[in-house]
Amino acid sequence: MHIAVGLEGSANKLGVGIILQSSHDTPTGPPSPHDSAHSDDGAFHPHSKQHSSPPVQILANLRHTFVSPPGTGFLPKDTAAHHRRWVVRLVRQAMKQAKVRLEDIDCICYTKGPGMGAPLGSVAIAARTLSQLWDKPLVGVNHCVGHIEMGRAITGAENPVVLYVSGGNTQVIAYSAQRYRIFGEALDIAVGNCLDRFARVLHISNDPAPGYNIEQLAKKGNVLLELPYAVKGMDVSFSGILARVEEMAKKLEASNGSWLDPETNTAPITKSDLCFTLQETVFAMLVEITERAMAHVGAVQVLIVGGVGCNERLQQMMGIMAEERGGSVYATDERFCIDNGIMIAHAGLLAHKMGFETQLEDTLSNGRSVGQLAGLRRKKRQDWL
Amino acid sequence: MTSPVPPSARERLPIPFNNSPEPFELIAQGAESLLYKTTFLSPSQPAALKIRPVKKWRHPTLDKRLTRARILAEARVLVKLSGEGIVAGGGGRKVKDPKKGDVGAGGMRGLVPGVLGLDWEGGWLVTEWIEGGTVKEAIYRVSRARTMGGSGVGLGGDDEVEELRGLLRKMGEVVGKLHACGVVHGDLTTSNMMLRPLTTIPDNSFESDGHDETSPQPSGAASASMQPQPTTTPNDSLSGDLVLIDFGLATQSVSDEDRAVDLYVLERAFGSTHPREEELFACVLDAYAHGEGSGMQGKAGKTVIRKLEDVRMRGRKKRHVVLFTGRGPAMPLRLLRGPDLDVFTEKALLPKGTQVSEPANMKAGDTSGASLHC
Repeated sequence: MHIAVGLEGSANKLGVGIILQSSHDTPTGPPSPHDSAHSDDGAFHPHSKQHSSPPVQILANLRHTFVSPPGTGFLPKDTAAHHRRWVVRLVRQAMKQAKVRLEDIDCICYTKGPGMGAPLGSVAIAARTLSQLWDKPLVGVNHCVGHIEMGRAITGAENPVVLYVSGGNTQVIAYSAQRYRIFGEALDIAVGNCLDRFARVLHISNDPAPGYNIEQLAKKGNVLLELPYAVKGMDVSFSGILARVEEMAKKLEASNGSWLDPETNTAPITKSDLCFTLQETVFAMLVEITERAMAHVGAVQVLIVGGVGCNERLQQMMGIMAEERGGSVYATDERFCIDNGIMIAHAGLLAHKMGFETQLEDTLSNGRSVGQLAGLRRKKRQDWL
Repeated sequence: MTSPVPPSARERLPIPFNNSPEPFELIAQGAESLLYKTTFLSPSQPAALKIRPVKKWRHPTLDKRLTRARILAEARVLVKLSGEGIVAGGGGRKVKDPKKGDVGAGGMRGLVPGVLGLDWEGGWLVTEWIEGGTVKEAIYRVSRARTMGGSGVGLGGDDEVEELRGLLRKMGEVVGKLHACGVVHGDLTTSNMMLRPLTTIPDNSFESDGHDETSPQPSGAASASMQPQPTTTPNDSLSGDLVLIDFGLATQSVSDEDRAVDLYVLERAFGSTHPREEELFACVLDAYAHGEGSGMQGKAGKTVIRKLEDVRMRGRKKRHVVLFTGRGPAMPLRLLRGPDLDVFTEKALLPKGTQVSEPANMKAGDTSGASLHC
């Protein structure tokens, strides 16, 4: 029996998870009662027999999101402060729910990267503190791998093409020649980032998440305006779309109801129509590049992970595409799609069982300490490997 | 996955093909479209019919818009490159016979398929049929020969490498010509390039099933076996013209950025499809910027190559190679870079029928979708 604590904080969600992995394929005990801030969990078993992922049990999965006011995004400084404010509370609550003894905990897992530097640093500090306080080894986990591992474990997808879509990442990952490779990605900004920034221009609420609110609004829209469709081979580009849709948003605000649907010339364009237009266009692009990767490697399963994967319209579109190809789509619900501590604990524990451990010296939250990154990056976000 | 389409299934084809007498053979089913081999307007004119079926997962307005835009864009680009169109401002004068390698309209005649007909509402485009196999298959063939014969240091494999270099140089020059004509392909992969043998007897037979015994080639190689063979057989050598196909994502552009992205797409596609030959890719870029037949020699090519460096850096995440856990006993999570050490190629990427000794790690999927990237 192995138990791990996972801390996630690469963006504005602070997640603390405690996971239990049995050593063999023995059935797990009765699920322990617990409730997270958002939903309840139970034990789950990997569906596929080819998996050697042991049955896992979620002992605690708590999350608190830093929500910024409408019209704004979350800044690293404020986000880091939020994480620092909440981490102790969440860890305490998680430990209480999980009812585990300190001796039973194998390791402390945390997100080493990629993500926003300051919030990652706060979480790293918390992880280091726990590790030294409780005398437990540390395991730094790659955020993206956490998502993929969790998605596979929960859905039991055997060999999927993975669409990883969130505020910070948009990649199509497929297995080819004994390796997982990135087949396609967003060349400029992530799709979630595009959606979030669009929400800001329309002052759509960020609670619980801007993408969620865009989705709800889009359900009421039905006019499809014309947006540039930028698929470049296996890659996609969203900055052009964002620029155009922001223009449209400003036009909508200024028009005061006088902007009419060009087809019928009677119905006024609404916020919902813009949300609908944006979603249909960007999701069609994502499904297209996923389909290309599937055709290229001959896969039939698609796994969607990352925050944007919660979107039901995206899941629906992907499902239709997969079905047309004789395949299926796998997706998790918001407990696991959105950044959470459990995925970090899960991936970290798997690694730890094979002997992986992050030494204290390597957990410095200063990006420059990871030598090979210095001078090579022009991006705002640091890649932590 | 080549198969003749029986008359009963013809109704699913768009007008005017749904009740016409010509033979149809499904060559490939890519992500974007279906490719058929058939004849057009006359039984002695073999043609490639590309159908873009409706995608039900897209909003219908978006779907129609995209289909129409893509068919028209592709046709316009091919017409420009083949020089079949009317000279702009020339008072209705047709473009004179362009020499191969000329920059501008007509500069790629013979190196791209010519347009025979289209219907943007119906969602189809008919182009000339190109004999031969894809460059992807050719490289696999040579790569396998290299593996078999190249076990010792300096022992064999060198010829194959030279052959490959020659092929890659050809590739670089053709792409250079393309860019010099003011067109950017948009989807450069080795599946979108054909090696047309130099001497070909025009194929006009559809006898029996047109199947090649060894593998279903997505090209005329299957039907070529019906005819008395010319001296150069497409399957053995890397000679012949390198013909670009599938201009579905092509745009007319002269910007360095677009050209660099074009090369970047090719570089990445090449690296993931032919990992063993990845190190040779530099030949392509070298021929692009310095090759005699390129059209992008000198400053133009140099600027694009420099832009390419920028584009590489800009890719949001570096090309990671993730060692996956959970496949058999869980393995440590590591992000690796570098050449892979395996000798066997992923089974699903090989043409059907190839004997592979180790158990496949992946389900052998539909390879025809993988080989022709429509």
